[in-house]
Amino acid sequence: MILLNATGIMLVVVAPVIVLTLASAWWYRASNKRATFRPELVYSGSIELVVWSIPAMVVMLLAGVAWIGAHDLDPAAKLNSDVAPVRIEVVSLDWKWLFIYPDLRVATVNQLVVPVGAPIAFTLTSASVMNAFFVPQLGTQIYTMPGMSTHLNLLAAHPGDYPGLSSHFSGDGFSDMHFVVHAVPASDFDSWRAQVRRGTAVLSTSAYLELTRPSKNLAPQAYADVDPTLYKYILRQAAPMAAASSEAK
Amino acid sequence: MGKLTWAAIPLDNPIQMGASLFVVLFIGSILAIVTWKGWWRYLWSEWLTSTDHKRIGVMYVLLALLMLLRGFIDAIMMRSQLAIAAGGAQGYLPPEHYDQIFSAHGTIMIFFMAMPFMVGLMNFVVPLQLGVRDVAFPVLNAVSLWLTATGALLVNVSLVVGEFARTGWLAYPPLSELQFSPGVGVDYYLWSLQIAGVGTLLAGINFVTTILKLRAPGMGYMRMPVFCWTALAANLLIVAAFPILTATLGMLLLDRYIGAHFFTNDAGGNAMLYFNLIWAWGHPEVYILILPAFGIFSEVIATFSGKNLFGYRSMVMATMAICILSFMVWLHHFFTMGAGANVNAFFGMMTMIIAIPTGVKVFNWLFTLYGGRIRFEVPVLWSIGFMVTFVIGGLTGVLMAVPPADFVLHNSVFLVAHFHNVIIGGVLFGAMAGYNYWFPKVFGFTLNKRLGQLSFWCWLIGFYLAFMPLYILGLFGMTRRMQHYANTAWQPYLVVAEVGAIVILVGILATIAQLTVSIRTRARHRDLTGDPWNGRTLEWSTASPPPRYNFAVMPRVESQDAFAYMKQNGTAAVPPGEYEPIELPSNSPNGFVTAFFAVITGFALIWHIWWMAIGALAGAGVTLLMFGWFERVELKISAEQLAKDDRARLSRMSVA
Repeated sequence: MILLNATGIMLVVVAPVIVLTLASAWWYRASNKRATFRPELVYSGSIELVVWSIPAMVVMLLAGVAWIGAHDLDPAAKLNSDVAPVRIEVVSLDWKWLFIYPDLRVATVNQLVVPVGAPIAFTLTSASVMNAFFVPQLGTQIYTMPGMSTHLNLLAAHPGDYPGLSSHFSGDGFSDMHFVVHAVPASDFDSWRAQVRRGTAVLSTSAYLELTRPSKNLAPQAYADVDPTLYKYILRQAAPMAAASSEAK
Repeated sequence: MGKLTWAAIPLDNPIQMGASLFVVLFIGSILAIVTWKGWWRYLWSEWLTSTDHKRIGVMYVLLALLMLLRGFIDAIMMRSQLAIAAGGAQGYLPPEHYDQIFSAHGTIMIFFMAMPFMVGLMNFVVPLQLGVRDVAFPVLNAVSLWLTATGALLVNVSLVVGEFARTGWLAYPPLSELQFSPGVGVDYYLWSLQIAGVGTLLAGINFVTTILKLRAPGMGYMRMPVFCWTALAANLLIVAAFPILTATLGMLLLDRYIGAHFFTNDAGGNAMLYFNLIWAWGHPEVYILILPAFGIFSEVIATFSGKNLFGYRSMVMATMAICILSFMVWLHHFFTMGAGANVNAFFGMMTMIIAIPTGVKVFNWLFTLYGGRIRFEVPVLWSIGFMVTFVIGGLTGVLMAVPPADFVLHNSVFLVAHFHNVIIGGVLFGAMAGYNYWFPKVFGFTLNKRLGQLSFWCWLIGFYLAFMPLYILGLFGMTRRMQHYANTAWQPYLVVAEVGAIVILVGILATIAQLTVSIRTRARHRDLTGDPWNGRTLEWSTASPPPRYNFAVMPRVESQDAFAYMKQNGTAAVPPGEYEPIELPSNSPNGFVTAFFAVITGFALIWHIWWMAIGALAGAGVTLLMFGWFERVELKISAEQLAKDDRARLSRMSVA
């Protein structure tokens, strides 16, 4: 919507400029005897005024669009909703995505399952280089950066499978850093969680260290249990993770 | 020998080996031809050691054209890869090679194509337009050129020995840190840019000084040609911005070489610092490239419309406004870092404000065309192509300055399409307009018109074919720098983009053909008047090619568009009453010898060959000091000689 508004506002000026450029270039070609040569037209106060004010006014309008948009759609701003948000911690690794549901004590790799209609509050970091978390059909992307947390709030309004990817180049395995977001009804989400909890794979320290090794095209996985403080360790790049992960390289 | 072993030669990879062989054969055959023809002495005394701003300008442009070819080969390889690597297909370039190619493409096109092209044109044109005999520091000028060439050479050496960076053209940490990029690729990138960056900074200082301190008598600031104004703005930006680049890359070098922690993941390093610093240089850099192009379009449109530029004062004000504003928008390159709504909104609005002076410029060109008597020579085609194309690039740029729009478009191929839209449609079209416009001044004959037109149309159509599909794909959510993609629905668009690249290839070949044909038929297109376009500024008042001293007698400037005024008042071709002897800077091997040592220093540092680095650095230092302290012999031209040459020129002019 903002895209269309902003494009519309600018086209009002840009389209006539293109037409006028081509038209005056054509009409005032040297071979056209009917065109009047006006070499004295090199300064005109009134034209100058118009010429400065048109772009200035367009920019004022657009600046309003930018200011309002930047605040309304601030990735860190909480979404208005009656439903309690689902917290998900996102970690980008070489070259895969780890998703931790700290309140639900489950974790996944390269797949996200979220309830439709509930706000999702993402907290994101990276265990290796920078990446960007992006699900084009859900909107806004955000960087994942080692040692820092970024915040992003999204909401899936309709059930479906939405492809997600890394949109910030991160090395040789970058092109395959995909994941799928499965947006499912709330009841299905609960049963999915119960099913994962019954599984056997657990995201232990050693399982995490295994994940930090560079690998491409990892199949989606789910972990029945996870230490809810794991994210804090990763964020600090602290021992035992950092020491062990640099050994792994 | 440090890290250097025979394993550094890519014998196992046929594509890279082919490229290496090509580089070696290319350089080898040039050296062989020069030796065989016995041109070394001529080359050394007339070009390699020249301190003449015109020759240096020509060499800069030659470097730029060569690097355009190199960078374009990278581009067409990428387009071919993406045209086939859809669905499960991996294409013909593995990621570790593809990543080097897009990194090299960006680095080469910005630093070793666009920059030398613009600096070269400024070198040739600015002193002539100012009505002076050379730049402020002619020997330094040669040093700048050769240090830039050193950087270009090192980037190309990486094809043959070792590898280039796989990090993108700005080498963002932490990916570019030793932990994640242990190879020499990033070191090639860093040292090439450090060495070339010194050259660029020196050139900036040189031109700021020249424009501020050396102008023909009577040429006040408000009589300076617009190209000189834009050159001044661009060089002020160089002086202000390039030290930031040097410091930033310097910190990354410290991280990589002595284990510092500026941008590392651990020990308190922070990659966000690098993002801010590199763009504090990077955004002004965009304007360093585009402002001189704006200047070229202003000259071309005014000349071929047969009018003064409309709204000269507005143009100057707009130029200087852009110069200052360009330092206040850097954060728009990373709205998605999560800085918060107020910060993002502020930088979004600042970015849009730059669109105001830029828009004013477009309107002023439009009103220059309006009421003109436009001759559709090749430079005009490039200028009108620019006006139409550039406003589209401006539109998409302002669009991405709206933070929430950027949240979905950032790092997509929409962004790629946008900056190619302004860099090809703005900088490259400007460079080509300038090349066609000033070529007869440089060499004394005009370029072939038909092939020039062909080149223009191929570039224009090729550009739209290559980048409009990318705008659409960006809206579909295709991200940049992917070596393959799963979504086969994108493939048709990427095939169209590949066709666009091929059309551009035809355009480049047409440019080469234009140059060759024009040289062969130069006798028929000789320009004896020195003023083939009915020009308006002082460079057209002297002979083509201009003599070493540019002007036998310093022109006296009495208005804007000084030469047009002289022609109107009949004072243009009047022989001056008296000639005075001239002193000119003589040749100096300083630049070439310094660069020779700089190449070795850079190579040794890249490969950790410390003894060699120390030796070569000492060599460069000694060279600089030695030539700095030497008593220099100046080239003297006597008044009699001057009078004789100048009268001959005037009589040639009157015959033509």
